[in-house]
Amino acid sequence: MLLSKISNALGIVSEPWWKVFYDFSSLTKGIDEGLRSSMSTFWAVTVEMVMIGVLFLLFYAAIGLFLVYAERKVCAFIQNRLGPNRIGPYGIFQTVADLIKLLFKELIPIKNADSFLFNLAPYIVIIVNFMVLAAIPFAKGLHAIDFNIGIFYVIAVSSMSVIGVLLAGWSSNSKYSLIGAMRSGAQIVSYELSIGLAIITVVILAGSMQLSEIVEAQRTGWFIFKGHVPVFIAFVIYIISGTAETNRGPFDMAEAESELTAGYHTEYSGIKFAFFYLAEYINMFIIASVASTLFLGGWMPFHVGNWEGFNRIMDFIPPFFWFIGKTFFVIYLIMLFKWTFPRLRIDQLLTLEWKYLLPINLVNVLIMAFLVLMGWHF
Amino acid sequence: MNSIIQYFKEILQGVGSLLKGMQVTNRYFFSPGKIVTQKYPNNRKDLVMFERFKGEVVMPHNENNEHKCTGCGICEINCPNGTIEVISKTLVTEDGKKKRIIDKHIYRLGMCTFCALCVKTCPSDALAFSQEFEHAVFNRALLIKTLNKPGSQLMKGVE
Repeated sequence: MLLSKISNALGIVSEPWWKVFYDFSSLTKGIDEGLRSSMSTFWAVTVEMVMIGVLFLLFYAAIGLFLVYAERKVCAFIQNRLGPNRIGPYGIFQTVADLIKLLFKELIPIKNADSFLFNLAPYIVIIVNFMVLAAIPFAKGLHAIDFNIGIFYVIAVSSMSVIGVLLAGWSSNSKYSLIGAMRSGAQIVSYELSIGLAIITVVILAGSMQLSEIVEAQRTGWFIFKGHVPVFIAFVIYIISGTAETNRGPFDMAEAESELTAGYHTEYSGIKFAFFYLAEYINMFIIASVASTLFLGGWMPFHVGNWEGFNRIMDFIPPFFWFIGKTFFVIYLIMLFKWTFPRLRIDQLLTLEWKYLLPINLVNVLIMAFLVLMGWHF
Repeated sequence: MNSIIQYFKEILQGVGSLLKGMQVTNRYFFSPGKIVTQKYPNNRKDLVMFERFKGEVVMPHNENNEHKCTGCGICEINCPNGTIEVISKTLVTEDGKKKRIIDKHIYRLGMCTFCALCVKTCPSDALAFSQEFEHAVFNRALLIKTLNKPGSQLMKGVE
C-alpha cells in the first residue's frame, strides 16, 4: 500500500507495484526519466552509472559469499558429512568468518618479483568478471548493457582473464607458479575454441547475437527443446568447456593442491588471494548464467505447448526467480563434476579438447546449420 | 573404418560411465539420512561408542568391591612402554604359607598406547577397556591412576 502510494506520487510506476517484478523496464524507465528531467544528461548518466556500479558490487559480493558457502555444503553432502554448521545457524556466516580471516593476513611482498604486475593481476580478473556480468539479462528489463553483439562481447571479454592468470604466474618469480600459469593458460586458450563454437551453434538457431533477442526467441520453448539433438550436444560441450575455462572441477590442474602447491596463486596471501578465490566462483556463476540464458531460456518460464493452466501457473513465478533457479541448477551440475570425477592430467585435458570436443563441435555446427536451413526444428 | 567405430564407442562408453558416477553422487546429495557426522558436544547425553571401543584401561569391580587381579605382573611385563607398574605385597595366610596379593596397580594414562596387550595377556581377565574417552585434565598428576579401588579384595576362586 505504502509502496504504491509512494510510486504513484512520484510518478515512477503507473501500475500496481508488484507488476515491477515481472517487468523491470517500467521501473528503470521511470528512474531514467526522473533523473533526466531534473538534471542535465551528463549528470543523469553519471548517477545511473554509479547506481548500477554499486548494485553490481553488492550483487558480486552477495553471490560470491553465497557460492563459497554453497560449494562447501554441496561438497559435504555429497561426501555424506555435514560441512560448516557452527558459525550461525547451519553455518551461513562461515564465509564472513573466512573473509575476516583473509583480511587480517599479512600481504607478503616478494623479493625480485615484478611488483606492479604482481599487484595488477588480481584486479584484472575481477574487472573482467564485472565486465561480463554487465551483459547478462537477469530479468525482463534488468539488463545493464544490451549490445547487439551481446554474446560475442561476452566471449571476447572473458578471454581476457587469461592475462590475469599469466601475469600472476610470471610475476610471482616462482617455478611452481610459472608452470601452473603456463598450464592454465594453455588450457584456457584451448577451451575458448570449444566454448565459441558451442555458442555459435545457438546463435545459428536464434538468428541473432543480441542476448535479449536470444531470450525472446525462447518464449515459445527453451532452445534445448527446440533445437533438439545439436543443441543438446552443444549444451554438454559448453558445460564441459565452461568448467575447463574456469580451471574448475576435474580440470583444475593449474591449482592442484597436491601437485603444484597452489599453482598461479601460490604467492598471494590475504585479500589478493581472496580476489582470485572469489573470481573463480563468479566465473562459475557467469558460465552457468550464460548457459541458462542460451540453452535453458534465460528468464523465460517453462511453458508446455497448449497447457493454458500450467502456463499461467508457471507465469506466476517472477522471471528473476526462473533465472536464478536455472543458473543454480547448472551450478549444481558443475559442482557435481568437481566432486565426482578425478583430476585430468594436462595431456589428457588437451587430448580431450583437440581430439574429441573440437571435431564433434565442428560437425555439430554443420548439423545445426543444415537443420536451420531445412526448418527441422520446433 | 574400424578406428572411427572405435572412436564413437569410446565416447559413448566414456559418457555412460561419467553419468553413472554423477548418478551416485547425486543420490548421496539427496539422502541426508546417510550423514555420518555426529555433532559432538551437543549429543553427549546419548552418545554411545561401539562395543570394542578402547577408551581407558580399568579393573572391573563387582558389587562386593572385589576384583580379579592377583598381582602377577604379567601386564607389566607385556606393556610396551612401561605404562603399568604393579606393586604387590606378601601376605602370610593362616597355614603359614606366603601369598602374593596386589597392593597398587598403577596405570599411567598419559603414556598408554592403547595397544590392549595388558587386557589380552592377563591370565585372570582382570583388566578391561571402558567407553570413557574424555580424559583432558589440567593437572598432569591426575593422569596417574591406581586401578584397584581402596579396600578391595581378590575375588574368591580366581587364581
